[in-house]
Amino acid sequence: MAVPLSPPPPDPQFVLRGTQSAVNALHFCGGAEVHGCPLLFSGSQNGLVHIWSLQTRRAVATLDGHRGQSVTWLQMLPQSPQLLSQGRDLRLCLWDLAEGRNAVVDSICLESVGFCRSSVLAVGQARWTLAVPGKGIDEVQILEMPSKTSVCTLKPEADAKPGMPMCLGLWQAESSSRPFLLAGYEDGSIALWDVWERKVCSRISCHEEPVMGFDFDSQKARGVSGSAGKALTVWSLDGQQALQVCSTHQLTNPGISEVTIRPDHKILTTAGWDHRIRVFQWRTMKPLAVLAFHSASVHCVAFATNGLLAAGSKDQRISIWSLYQRM
Amino acid sequence: MEAIESTAGPSFCLMKMAQLLANFLSQNRMAAIMEEQCRPQKKPGFPLLQQTLLNKVVGLPDHLGNRLQQDNLTLFFPQNYFRLLGEEVVRALQVIVDALRGGLDCSVSFVSQVLGKICIQGRQKEILDVLVPQLTALTQGSCLWQRVCWRLMEQIPDRAMEAVLTGLVVAAPGPEVLSRLLGNLVLKSKKAQFVMTRKLLFLQYQHTTSTLQSLLGYLAMDSQRRPLLIQALKELLETWGSSSAVRHAPLAQQHYLSAAILVCLAHLGEPELRDSQDELLGSMMAGVKCHLDSSLPTVRRLGMIVAEVLSSRIHREGPPLRFQYEDDKLSRELLALATPCTAGGSTLEAGGSSPAPAATEILEKTVDGEVESANSSVPQVRPQDSDSDLDSDDEFIPYDMSGDKELRSSKAPLYVRDCIEVLTSSEDMERWEAALRALEGLVCKSPEATQEVSVELAKVLLHLEERTCVSGFEGLRQRALVAVTVMDPARVAEYLTSQFYALNYSLRQRMDILDVLTLAAQELSRPGHLKRHAQQVSSGSGGLCLPAQAACQHDHTAGSGWRAVVEERIRSKTRRFSKGFPRRELANGPNEFNSVAGYFFFPLIQHFDRPLVTFDLLGDDQLVLGRLTHTLGALMYLAVNTTVAVSMGKALLEFVWALRFHVDIYVRRGLLSAVSSILLSVPAERLLGDLSEELLEARSWLADVAEKDVDQDCREQAVRALLLLERLKDRLLPISP
Repeated sequence: MAVPLSPPPPDPQFVLRGTQSAVNALHFCGGAEVHGCPLLFSGSQNGLVHIWSLQTRRAVATLDGHRGQSVTWLQMLPQSPQLLSQGRDLRLCLWDLAEGRNAVVDSICLESVGFCRSSVLAVGQARWTLAVPGKGIDEVQILEMPSKTSVCTLKPEADAKPGMPMCLGLWQAESSSRPFLLAGYEDGSIALWDVWERKVCSRISCHEEPVMGFDFDSQKARGVSGSAGKALTVWSLDGQQALQVCSTHQLTNPGISEVTIRPDHKILTTAGWDHRIRVFQWRTMKPLAVLAFHSASVHCVAFATNGLLAAGSKDQRISIWSLYQRM
Repeated sequence: MEAIESTAGPSFCLMKMAQLLANFLSQNRMAAIMEEQCRPQKKPGFPLLQQTLLNKVVGLPDHLGNRLQQDNLTLFFPQNYFRLLGEEVVRALQVIVDALRGGLDCSVSFVSQVLGKICIQGRQKEILDVLVPQLTALTQGSCLWQRVCWRLMEQIPDRAMEAVLTGLVVAAPGPEVLSRLLGNLVLKSKKAQFVMTRKLLFLQYQHTTSTLQSLLGYLAMDSQRRPLLIQALKELLETWGSSSAVRHAPLAQQHYLSAAILVCLAHLGEPELRDSQDELLGSMMAGVKCHLDSSLPTVRRLGMIVAEVLSSRIHREGPPLRFQYEDDKLSRELLALATPCTAGGSTLEAGGSSPAPAATEILEKTVDGEVESANSSVPQVRPQDSDSDLDSDDEFIPYDMSGDKELRSSKAPLYVRDCIEVLTSSEDMERWEAALRALEGLVCKSPEATQEVSVELAKVLLHLEERTCVSGFEGLRQRALVAVTVMDPARVAEYLTSQFYALNYSLRQRMDILDVLTLAAQELSRPGHLKRHAQQVSSGSGGLCLPAQAACQHDHTAGSGWRAVVEERIRSKTRRFSKGFPRRELANGPNEFNSVAGYFFFPLIQHFDRPLVTFDLLGDDQLVLGRLTHTLGALMYLAVNTTVAVSMGKALLEFVWALRFHVDIYVRRGLLSAVSSILLSVPAERLLGDLSEELLEARSWLADVAEKDVDQDCREQAVRALLLLERLKDRLLPISP
């Protein structure tokens, strides 16, 4: 398409300040329609979880449950006002946020000191599966919640040596109830685990550096991963549960800490160590924008269901963007 | 027969005679004469007759040309006559061969003498162009023809041998032909051996590489001749490795020698090389050393290429030498010579086999291409049918992404002093690099701050080492140093020139000093440097496009702009002889180099003859001396229109006089360019007034160089300088009474 002059990159819609620490994890509250305007959770280096109202653009509440240790992952449970937070104090806390409460109702002790984010998959009304980094250095543990019973431990074969798991993603094909786990490893490979059979269905080597983050689009059976290196890799999953690399996209600067596809599967964003947020068209991987607002590494990006983009950075700020919205 | 021959002499009835002679020639009678002389003869006085006949046959075009002057027939022109003679020779030989088949005894010595005499007269090309292809064809299948041919060559008198052989080697299309025509001549005739193995290799260098290939290929083709080839290689290498040859031989000859060595290597096999490995290795080591010592890049490169090939062939057990040199036409040609062919391998075979791989290659390529196109067509199709929302995504218009540059830390210092601190003490490599990158701009932005610390900064920069892999480090450092020098020329130049002759510097640093001084002088002498630079650029570009627009719209208003346009056009199309800034701009303002030229120039020229422990300009460090002479020349040139130019010129002429017989070509080139820049920079009246004696001396030296120097470049530069001198004289003549 011939565009005579591309418009200058946009500015953030607004910026949330006040975490007083590097922002490591962001998560939009799923129940947006209830409040009219979504809530945003942010987990920061000093162990606090802030709950932001995007209407007043202020922090509504602060959750302190990780004893000053960095919060690395936040996730609302579907269909219940409960929040999971993972911290580097080796605890995974479950918060009850219903009716203004903010108390830890349960917690799980983790045995891995790595930076691997966990993953959750709802299998029923009150039942969900949780994948957490396991005790052994290259293990992933699958737990049945809320009973906290260990379902299995996924351990690669002895000769594979993929290193530590760096990021996890549980998913389930719509047609079956069979859960699968995608895991990005330290050696740059991504493996697809069949959780029930506890075996690797397929494994591809995507990057030369450790995989830092990926996102999987189960509709198109395609995923994209970013690493500490200079490339994004798009891979796909075929009917025989085999992964294969589709394409790689070179970036200007190395280092991607998180990749997120927007819920409508139109665009994806990356959080870059080069302080920039990059936006790509998901279908073609055409670069759409490079957002240079932050003055330090961007650690996390998250999309709200209405398409709002939030990015958290080491510079203690959370920027909120509205890009390519069609609502 | 004799009567007709002698009629070439008398002058009456000349045209009639000439017609008759032409008729005689056209009826193949010359072949008959030659054939007649080849029969066994018993008559007394036969040798005398044969001698006369020989003179007449060969000298015919000269005789007739002298006699007939303008009326000469075209048949008797040498370029036609000798071609005809060539055909006659073949015909005569044919008769002789037939006679031999018939059992008669014959000698080809008369034909050999004719051939030899023609070649001595310098008509090799005409006769051999006819003879060689025919003989090549005739000797193809017949042993008898080959024997006759060999005999023909053997019978050539010694004094004509060189002329014939040189002509043959040039005319022969390849080693096989040469081998067929000559046989083992080199083993039978001492003279032939001398010509083939010494004269053509060492004393002449005008031949093409294909000539070399057929010559050396000829030596390699027969097992009896191969020792000669090895001998030749040894001698070639000895010459290649001798430092005096490297220094004094012209470039073309060195190139020729190198090519000869490579061709030899291509022909010699492993066992033969192993026998004389030590000797060859010794010569190679010496040769590598003196080639790399040379100050001429081409010589160095020749050394590198030959050494790489040699070491890989001779010294198989160790790792071969590896050099870094430019991959250009010269090096590729040379390397192509060195690709070994099998001992008996002919170029014909190689030529025959090469099309086959080429064809398969093309085939592979096309197949690949098809596969590729097939591959590429698949993903083109797939997204179209797999995605329904094809057009809906296209409305995502990308934002401007020009700001997406590689991330550099923004920690660059903001003040010159900070830069110094970072460069000297910082352990943070990113910051160090950022400081280095920012330095030039900072220096240009703040002249006052720079002047406070100029010498200190120059010192830091001069001693700066590349601590991390910074791309363009040398350029950054150099530009920063130049900027500092320009900001505070007197003090920094004083410091730099003093350091040039100080202890404990590497050659690299000393040459950096010279480069920086030259560049800074250039910057200073450019009118309107620095402060006015930006304005000039903007007004300049405006001045260039405005008249251009105006010229098309209203011609009469553009009166002031046309000059700029014309000048710009001239400037863009003119190549200037001397490096440096365009002289056009000199008229624009005072030369700011004026007040400081002395600081740049005199300290440099003062101490060149005082060797230090670590630095001896007149000894081993002649490369730096060459750079020094070039720098001094450039400074001289840049000092045009300054008041010190006269005394600079005087000092420089003395300097040139002291070094005029330097052995290094690069130094001599520098001296010559220095002389030229003196002639350009010092005003003519002052030259003749104050420097007349020195100029006279220089002139005789220039004339000498222009005539005798081994290096072409030197000769050309000397001629240019002489022309400048002449022009000077012309300019002054009208003034003087």
